[in-house]
Amino acid sequence: MVSWWAEANFGMLRKFLALVLLTALAACSQGDKPATAVSGAGATFPATIYSRWAEGYRRDVGVSFNYQAMGSGAGVKQIQKKTVDFGASDKPLKPEVLDKYGLYQFPTVMGGVVPIVNVKGVAQGQMKLTGAVLGDIFLGKVKTWNDPAIVALNPGLALPATPITVVHRADGSGTTFLFTTYLASQNPQWASDVGASDAVKWPTGLGGKGNDGVAAFVGRIDGTIGYVEFAYAEKSDASYALLQNGAGQYPVPGSASFGAAAASADWEHAPGNYLLLLNQPGQNAWPITGATFIIIYKEQYSPARGLAVLKFFDWAYSNGDEAANELHFVPMPPEVKAMVRKQWTQITADGKPLYVPAQP
Amino acid sequence: MRRSLEDPIFRYVAFSAATLLLVVLSGLIVSLAIGSWPALSKFGPAFLFSSNWDPANEVFGAAGPIVGTLLSSFLALAFALPIALGIAIFLTQFCPPAIAQPIAIMSELLAGIPSIVYGMWGLFVFAPWFSEHIQTPLSGLGGIFAGVPNGANIFTASVILAIMILPYMAAVFRELFRSIPPQVREAAFGMGATPLEAVTRVLIPYVKKGMVGATMLGFGRALGETMAVTFIIGNSHGFPTSLFSSGSTLASTIANEFAEAGVMHTSALLGLGLVLFLITFGVLAIARWLLSSQRY
Repeated sequence: MVSWWAEANFGMLRKFLALVLLTALAACSQGDKPATAVSGAGATFPATIYSRWAEGYRRDVGVSFNYQAMGSGAGVKQIQKKTVDFGASDKPLKPEVLDKYGLYQFPTVMGGVVPIVNVKGVAQGQMKLTGAVLGDIFLGKVKTWNDPAIVALNPGLALPATPITVVHRADGSGTTFLFTTYLASQNPQWASDVGASDAVKWPTGLGGKGNDGVAAFVGRIDGTIGYVEFAYAEKSDASYALLQNGAGQYPVPGSASFGAAAASADWEHAPGNYLLLLNQPGQNAWPITGATFIIIYKEQYSPARGLAVLKFFDWAYSNGDEAANELHFVPMPPEVKAMVRKQWTQITADGKPLYVPAQP
Repeated sequence: MRRSLEDPIFRYVAFSAATLLLVVLSGLIVSLAIGSWPALSKFGPAFLFSSNWDPANEVFGAAGPIVGTLLSSFLALAFALPIALGIAIFLTQFCPPAIAQPIAIMSELLAGIPSIVYGMWGLFVFAPWFSEHIQTPLSGLGGIFAGVPNGANIFTASVILAIMILPYMAAVFRELFRSIPPQVREAAFGMGATPLEAVTRVLIPYVKKGMVGATMLGFGRALGETMAVTFIIGNSHGFPTSLFSSGSTLASTIANEFAEAGVMHTSALLGLGLVLFLITFGVLAIARWLLSSQRY
């Protein structure tokens, strides 16, 4: 049973091994440069903007920056184990958790989560939903697209009797955390039956892996509804739906409405920078907006690497806004950046402030 | 002098290679047991028999993924076994040699395709087609066909799994048939057997042992297959109520949730790993027992 395989593949195997060896040698010779790289891990949501920033930073400053998009929970775990220089999470850590581990977090960019639908005859941005109805759909109480609850919000839209398939994240995710926290705030039954977390017990529907997985399911299968990071909604075949905000308006998702949600955010009075941007006031504020965070140790065990992390994000605050806008993220407002830069002086190594940014 | 040293060294190298495997295996099972102990001791038998998998409230019952794993693997085997047998019989008994080789090579190439490719094909091509042409017409029947017609369910996952284990099983079956001495086949025909009789009465019984082993290995692969299944099974943790309902498997649940899991959640996922380990172990043990109980 084994011999036929070995005979057939032995020559190939030898060639393959030689190839592996060559590749390994090539990799070694490249790795001789001094290690100046900064490494971090965490949320998948800001991965695109971090890699764009890393590209620019490498070009401008010559320091490389490695980011592994493993998921927010994994980022927090990695920084707690000190296997990375910084962790990244879409779900901010509570101030008491930060204190317990001696950690500090700061926001980098903001973005929005949007519902996406695939219903025959419904184009981009045509369907309107409220948080309460969205919650009922995800609870499995609203079962078809022509349910009176949906029809009432969408007069004039021809809705088919197609059964609704709910698509949610199969993996734990900061995106899910934002989405379920929003549903819990809008739909009392969701709050009591399901709750808000980065992974919940979904009452109905099927799970896709990652934003891409959800977007793929919704894009391919008729009658589906899901939720993704806005950048993925743009790329997907599915069309986004509009959500009613606190002012009763249906803003169009995008940098403008995410920025409007961020405008009234009160970072100054948020201990530990713990702040969610859900349901912010404002006529044009997108209701499911959130910032993504970087988590580092207050007392740096490796001063050189801690310094490199802060220098990178200082550079990104100064030079990264254009790239953020291009990728549909919202840069932090200047006063928030100034506040965060001031907070950086609390980061110490051997009892001394590690880094004092040039522009406060 | 040299000879007298050579042999014991050779023996020890071989011995340590064999024991290393044992050590790794027992280390695996021990670390899985230790890691999953918090969850197993907290939930007790409910971990195996409840299908309430609720990470937000830290309650974990694995009945959904366990049944999903067994059901999808059994179905995959049921689809793959007759086709693999057909391929092997055709290639070794009826096919002109000129095209036998290309067909054999192609079926081996299928085995080399990474599983994620099957998963993507399943999600992007097979699931929408299945949903529109098979599930929608059948969904009115209810019963084992009930479910929202979206193509991501246990049945489609089983079909993808069957395609994945098919080339392996077909290749091994083909080699088994080729290993039969030509005299056996000629003797069967000499006795006046028809081709059907020769295959079913003589050739298959001749290689039955090897076939059981290959089938069980195929089943083992189906049990542990992760990426392709994750793409298409729907990833819902409830107890599957029909063939066309979304489900999950042990491996897909672990792959999906490990990165973001908290302490108890991680322990529960390690528990799933332990269950998968034990199921696979059980399958191999049954295969061994079947093999040893057959005598000619």
